[in-house]
Amino acid sequence: MTLRVDWRASASMIGTVLKYLALALVIPVVVAIRYGESTLPFLVTAAVAVAIGLALERLETDPDIEVREGFLVVAITWLAVSLVGAIPYLIAGWGTVSTLANPINALFESMSGFTTTGATVMGEISTEQHSHALLMWRQESQWLGGMGIVVLAVAILPKLSVGGAQLMDAEAPGPGIEKLTPRIAETARALWKAYAGITILEMLLLYGLHLAGMAPEMTLFNAVAHGFTTMATGGFSPEARSIEAFAAVVQWAIIPFMMAAGTNFALFWHVLNGEYREPFGDPEFRFYVGLLGALSAIGAGLLFVDGGLASATTAAAATHYAGVGSDVIAHTFPIAGDVEAALRHATFQVVSIVTTTGYASMDFNAWSGPAQYVIVIAMFVGGSAGSTGGAIKIVRWLIIAKSIRRELFTTVHPEAVRPIRLAGRPLDDRAIRGIYVFTLLYFVLFLLGTLVLAVDAAFGGTELSTLEAMTACAATLGNIGPGLAGVGPMNHYLGFDPASKLTMIGLMWIGRLEILPVLVLLSRSYWRS
Amino acid sequence: MHVIIIGAGEVGSNIAESLSASHEVVVVDIDGDRVESLTYSLDVLAVEGDGTTMEILHNAGIEEADLFIASTDSDEANIVACATAKAIGDPFTIARVRKTEFLQTWEHAPHAFGVDFMVSTDLLTAQEIVRIARLPTAQDVDAFADGAIHMAQFAVPEDSPLADLTVSEADRFEALTFAAILRDDEVTIPRGDTRIEADDQIVVIGIPERVREFAASLEPENGGDRATDVLVVGGGSIGYQAARLFEGRNLTPRLIEQDPDRARTLAEDLPGTIVMESDATDVEFLTREHVEDVDLVVAALDSDEKNLLVSLLARRLGASRTVAVVEHADYVDLFETVGVDVGVNPREVTAEEITRFTREGETENVAIVASDRAEVLEIEIDDTSTLAGRSIREAAAELPAGIVVGALTRDGEYVTPRGDTVVEPGDHAVVFVDTSIVDEVVGKL
Repeated sequence: MTLRVDWRASASMIGTVLKYLALALVIPVVVAIRYGESTLPFLVTAAVAVAIGLALERLETDPDIEVREGFLVVAITWLAVSLVGAIPYLIAGWGTVSTLANPINALFESMSGFTTTGATVMGEISTEQHSHALLMWRQESQWLGGMGIVVLAVAILPKLSVGGAQLMDAEAPGPGIEKLTPRIAETARALWKAYAGITILEMLLLYGLHLAGMAPEMTLFNAVAHGFTTMATGGFSPEARSIEAFAAVVQWAIIPFMMAAGTNFALFWHVLNGEYREPFGDPEFRFYVGLLGALSAIGAGLLFVDGGLASATTAAAATHYAGVGSDVIAHTFPIAGDVEAALRHATFQVVSIVTTTGYASMDFNAWSGPAQYVIVIAMFVGGSAGSTGGAIKIVRWLIIAKSIRRELFTTVHPEAVRPIRLAGRPLDDRAIRGIYVFTLLYFVLFLLGTLVLAVDAAFGGTELSTLEAMTACAATLGNIGPGLAGVGPMNHYLGFDPASKLTMIGLMWIGRLEILPVLVLLSRSYWRS
Repeated sequence: MHVIIIGAGEVGSNIAESLSASHEVVVVDIDGDRVESLTYSLDVLAVEGDGTTMEILHNAGIEEADLFIASTDSDEANIVACATAKAIGDPFTIARVRKTEFLQTWEHAPHAFGVDFMVSTDLLTAQEIVRIARLPTAQDVDAFADGAIHMAQFAVPEDSPLADLTVSEADRFEALTFAAILRDDEVTIPRGDTRIEADDQIVVIGIPERVREFAASLEPENGGDRATDVLVVGGGSIGYQAARLFEGRNLTPRLIEQDPDRARTLAEDLPGTIVMESDATDVEFLTREHVEDVDLVVAALDSDEKNLLVSLLARRLGASRTVAVVEHADYVDLFETVGVDVGVNPREVTAEEITRFTREGETENVAIVASDRAEVLEIEIDDTSTLAGRSIREAAAELPAGIVVGALTRDGEYVTPRGDTVVEPGDHAVVFVDTSIVDEVVGKL
């Protein structure tokens, strides 16, 4: 029996990606030099990346990537990059109190970075314990991951016929070519420009607020750091209190950038080409904006009425799970009755969770029960197809809603033939079936993952509530970052046992790659026939 | 005029027959038997051969030809024949096509393929059906003078309030002319004391609102209503086009197609139509879809027998009106006799359209009434016309019997044609003419 997958070609392609990863280490090196910190962790990593990259490239000098090899490249690239990207955490943490000296923690942090999740196992997020360079590497890993996602969603997944992205195939620019390479190069350049352009715009705006004296905490370091993780829908922050550390104006300023990050990047391509009306005609974008508006309004209403200080039990719970070295709730203030604060925190949190960014403008563990439940719902919505957002994604919900309506109609008229249309274009029923399968798989993985975490915690003697297990699972599978209670926005994932952490590393990986490209690698037919 | 017709099928033969009396007609067909039978039945020159070749076209006298009609069953052959004719001669070319795709190309770039005029049988048929839907009780509706005037033909139902009245009693409408009464294959030009009987066919000409009011007085129950709930049976080209045109009128037609793949394609192409995959002769299905509430059922399946069955079934289940596509012209009367409200023959519709063009320069518009027993013509009056500068009563004396001036328009405005109305050059006259005197009348007007 021979393998039907040219794994050498795939490995060679992954090698090329690793080789270029070394270039990305220039940024932490520059930061290290600027702050007079050690450049060693990054130089070693760069050397390792180049060495492994060149070695893999030698396996096949002229890689021929077809669909099957594409699946392998996509799935393994994220794993390989995360492994190499974990090296700086290990080296920098070696011999210190840093929790990242543990290899599983380092890999968790790195995977959380490159999958733009934002779940952390850093015991203490501070420049006292970690170098500026390392914190910046953590931020940059999310930006690189987001960049990969844009290419993945717009250029690669449609060719592999998986994920919601296939629906956007016709929207994506460039001709349809069976080979992956020409398409990636052509499409990716345009979308990277938009991605990088908006990132730089945000950095300038944030630093501008600092220069204008409106945001004293938003230093150049912080402006760059948050620019890296907003467009990537990442959510890492070098501040332990996330966006709570900044002035209200900064929180308002970040909201539109998170929204942009959750938008289909193909729309930016249209807008850059002068087609300004395109986004307004796009049904997913309209649904997305409408949903954000509705959830924000509900959240704001709930906070305005009864959202202020946490009830005694949740505050106590939050303190209980605050964990090693992390700040306990530093300052809560009443939101109830304060229109601006209710609106700001509800909108910020809804946008942050729906787009799967994971920033926090305050610890929503302190919110009232109903308001917290809005967050739980938001965790399953997801960004748009073709964005850096994760979870189930808007377009899938839109199509599920349309097909439910069709189902109701055909119940009355069994003979009716009703194609489901998106922007007037009829969708293939196979694509719709793919959406059902994906959504079902998503919930199955969510439930199974929760079970694994709960069982592991029980055997390990760790205290873990059902809410914590469920939201930890949803937050990692959906690449969101924070959950509720013990895994809340100001808490961390350090308390889990190694097996649970490895499970969540897997969930982040599989969720980021739209599930099927990873699962297909486990099927026999993929390798043999 | 020297006319060459390629293809001696039903349309080709029909056109040849109607033109042979006054024109020099050559018919080309690839089938030897058909050529032979045509030679004996019509006074035309029939040539056997492939009408897309230069040799055969030379034999048919393409150099002297004024009009070239390609009417075979193959769209491509018709187009190639026209292009060939244009390449070696300079006739006015008419191509008949079934597929609307060719028509779209031709409309996008007029005179494409060397075709001066293109008629799509299916589209014309669909347009005819949609016109009928606007006035569901009419057998036939045609627009003249850019829509300012309608000609409509109605059957008089048994229980109509107008039955057993005289024309002068029934004619309470300004701006409407009773042009003819058709009874037992006879065309009668009505006079004031002509009595209207049940089962008569009445042809009226006038402005659209009056025609609608007349329909309402003929059948007070629903005669004046537009059909809004439309059920199209058969997702072929005609059914598709009809549904598309209904969509364009902001209706939501239902389209029934039995083939699953075709149904899916139709559903994708027709966002405003409810496409259903079913057998339209399934009584249970029709009942479940409340066919009794439907204003108009259009039977556009691919065989006359099925269309008849569907129409009668829908009628039995309570549908208000039925229109059936009838491929065999001979069956139209039969269909209407057994209970189908209107039979539409695609070839008659096509022949009507092509006949319009054989009268190029003489008439503006033509409608063929009552299976070619009469025609309604729109004519722009010039200085040499018998009508020019005279009252209608004066002119009538010089015109043969069997002609009615149904309506006049002056600068686009309707003018009631009375005996003392003076017709001016530049007016458009819509006249009802018995087929036997059409050529004579056209010469004088």
